[in-house]
Amino acid sequence: MTAQTETRTRPVKVIAIVCNWCSYAGADGAGTARLKQPYNFRVLRVPCTGRIDPLLALKAFQKGADGVLISGCHPGDCHYSEGNYYARRKFELLDRMLPHLGVESQRFKYTWVSASEAARWQSVITEFVGHVQELGPREGRAL
Amino acid sequence: MRIGVFVCHCGSNIAGTVDCHAIAERAAELKDVVYTEDVMYTCSEPGQAGIQRAIKEKGLTRVVVASCSPQMHEVTFRRCVEDAGLNPHLFEMANIREHCSWIHDDMPRATEKAYDIIKMAVAKVRTAEPLFPNEVDVNKDVLVIGGGVAGIQTALDLADAGLQVTIVERESTIGGTMARLDKTFPTIDCSACILTPRMVDAAHHQNIAIMAYSEVDRVQGYVGNFVVDIKRRAAMVDWTRCIGCELCVQKCPAHAPDRFNVGLAESKAIYIPFPQAVPKRAVIQTEYCRWFQQGKCRVCSRVCPADAIDYEQKDTYIQRNFGAIVVATGMDVFPWEEYYPQYGGGSIPDVISGLQYERMLNASGPTGGHVHRISNHEEPKNVVFIQCVGSRDESVGRPYCSSVCCMYTAKQAILTRNHCGPETNIFVFYIDIRATGKGYEEFIKRAQTEFNVNYVRGRVSKLYEEHGKVMVRGMDTLLGQQVEIPADLVVLATGTTSAEGAPQLAQALNISYDEFGFFKESHPKLRPVETNTAGVFLAGACQAPKDIPTSVAQASGTASKVLGLLSKDKLKTSPQIAVVDQSRCVSCWKCTDVCPFSAPEKQSQRDGSQKSHIIETVCQGCGICVATCPVNCISLKGFTTDSIIDQIEEALLA
Repeated sequence: MTAQTETRTRPVKVIAIVCNWCSYAGADGAGTARLKQPYNFRVLRVPCTGRIDPLLALKAFQKGADGVLISGCHPGDCHYSEGNYYARRKFELLDRMLPHLGVESQRFKYTWVSASEAARWQSVITEFVGHVQELGPREGRAL
Repeated sequence: MRIGVFVCHCGSNIAGTVDCHAIAERAAELKDVVYTEDVMYTCSEPGQAGIQRAIKEKGLTRVVVASCSPQMHEVTFRRCVEDAGLNPHLFEMANIREHCSWIHDDMPRATEKAYDIIKMAVAKVRTAEPLFPNEVDVNKDVLVIGGGVAGIQTALDLADAGLQVTIVERESTIGGTMARLDKTFPTIDCSACILTPRMVDAAHHQNIAIMAYSEVDRVQGYVGNFVVDIKRRAAMVDWTRCIGCELCVQKCPAHAPDRFNVGLAESKAIYIPFPQAVPKRAVIQTEYCRWFQQGKCRVCSRVCPADAIDYEQKDTYIQRNFGAIVVATGMDVFPWEEYYPQYGGGSIPDVISGLQYERMLNASGPTGGHVHRISNHEEPKNVVFIQCVGSRDESVGRPYCSSVCCMYTAKQAILTRNHCGPETNIFVFYIDIRATGKGYEEFIKRAQTEFNVNYVRGRVSKLYEEHGKVMVRGMDTLLGQQVEIPADLVVLATGTTSAEGAPQLAQALNISYDEFGFFKESHPKLRPVETNTAGVFLAGACQAPKDIPTSVAQASGTASKVLGLLSKDKLKTSPQIAVVDQSRCVSCWKCTDVCPFSAPEKQSQRDGSQKSHIIETVCQGCGICVATCPVNCISLKGFTTDSIIDQIEEALLA
């Protein structure tokens, strides 16, 4: 195997930044229910998706992430009433901007997983990591 | 800086898939880490003592525990390190159980991931700063939403302890579902005999205010200091004058479906749900009222001896302050008609719901307690009960057990025997019998032996009318053959569903709910009556289907939790809040625009300018302002941007 194909087939690295109240708890629930998930994602807990500066997602890409997932409470269900609405606006814009920066749109996703949606967390993270793995590791990137 | 890392085996929960000893040894190589150890159970008494010993003997200044979710034991370990003299915020948890060992099988890869998670936690704790809570005054008044048996119990317990309680009830009377029941299992006590004295106790209690026909409209504030807008719906009757004499009800010429009797009878447009209603006050249902619909009538106004009718009444809004909120909004009956076309979907008159049958059995119900067929008013010879209608049935989106139907069906079968005599044949179709409460299994046995109720194990596939009977076609899975019973009356053991509007209330309160609309407790075993919103508690069937004993027990448990909270005059607030670097603030006021709690204020400076300042006791620590501030002059204690970037870097390092 050449060095190049090795890079292409190595497991991707995915960062998931999630809110404490809904998606982190949903991921906890998935663990408690022993729902199997991919190995190659790492979870970062913040109080609210409204706290996530879009630049943090860019920072993750810059530092070598192959995919970034943001997940919070469903619209209307935010623990702080409206943090996820602010997050939605920001990440919708980031989502549209990323392809222009050379990051394929499948490498970024923002979504909602509630504290009781353990199975949804499993499918969200599994599908997302799967899509990123299909694209493979990011190469020759400026960002 | 001296960091200690403690890796928990959690028995085999973590050690089964993660090599805890190996990662504890590896973690010793991390920068600033001076001590590591793998422990069988870190949360146990010896486990915590070991952490405290290491803090003292090794001079640790920061601690990482790699074990379960912070939502499980962060509080435990913060207290542990605090008792050993460390600031509790110089502690970080690495969740290697829920987020690693429990979701993976392959030990080498799971171990690698667990190590990454520990590295991230070490990176985070490295930038942690000691944080100190503030104190706020506590309002000791309590709001109880829902006046069913759970809400009444919580309210009475709290009021007896000296707190001022307001019950907000959506209907015009408190009592909830229990008020509609005839008898209760497994004692066959009269439901009203237990409940109505409690309703009266609540009404007469000097520390309880009942706001019936009212709804919670908006909730602001936070634990200890909630500000609640309550909507008092227009009853079109001045309740300060109404004496509940029912003269208006007697004389009202307009008929309306009787909701209290689940459509088994008609009521009038002006309405008092039942004779023991508390408060006993009339309400005009305007959609059925001739005056409101046709512009003529006004009979009630003419007959009312108290001059209480007020056709011009409007909804009113009242704002009140509370320190704690108890949600006790109960449940509704599953709307089986929409989901079970195979049972006639409501078109066969002699197929009724469990709650309708409850009203039929009740002496003050629409039939005076006489059991008869709906179609011809004859006493039934064959009565068939069908269990699990709207429960344990994924085809109708209700996979859960409603937990009360097995027992209430047995009770209704026994009462049927009492009402109809020995000649009547009684059948119960069931999947399994769930009788786990005290005296419950014995009760089922009595139904089968003493009251000669025939239990048939199997689902009913179809109900159809033939020759004036309701044909019940089902499977007897114990005999392995199909059975068909010509029934005179079929009672569906209709399951429970969350109360109408439950998700909207959850959103107003910022609490979580599940896909069925039941409210989510903070932890099923450790914090079963708390929600994830501090100061908001749960009681009764709004959390999950429950019977009366369980609801009442939980309601008293909830009251004790509220008392614990409100026993203090001051509450400590979370120190994980936002703080402004005023030297960089450009006074754009975007933070004041986005904050859901109005925590940022304009603070005048010596030079006459104004800069943003976060009111510490109001900030809830969401960090929306942090991500909004265009000059990055706000930071969130405990979740600083640097700490997030450090974690990202650690996670991505090869």
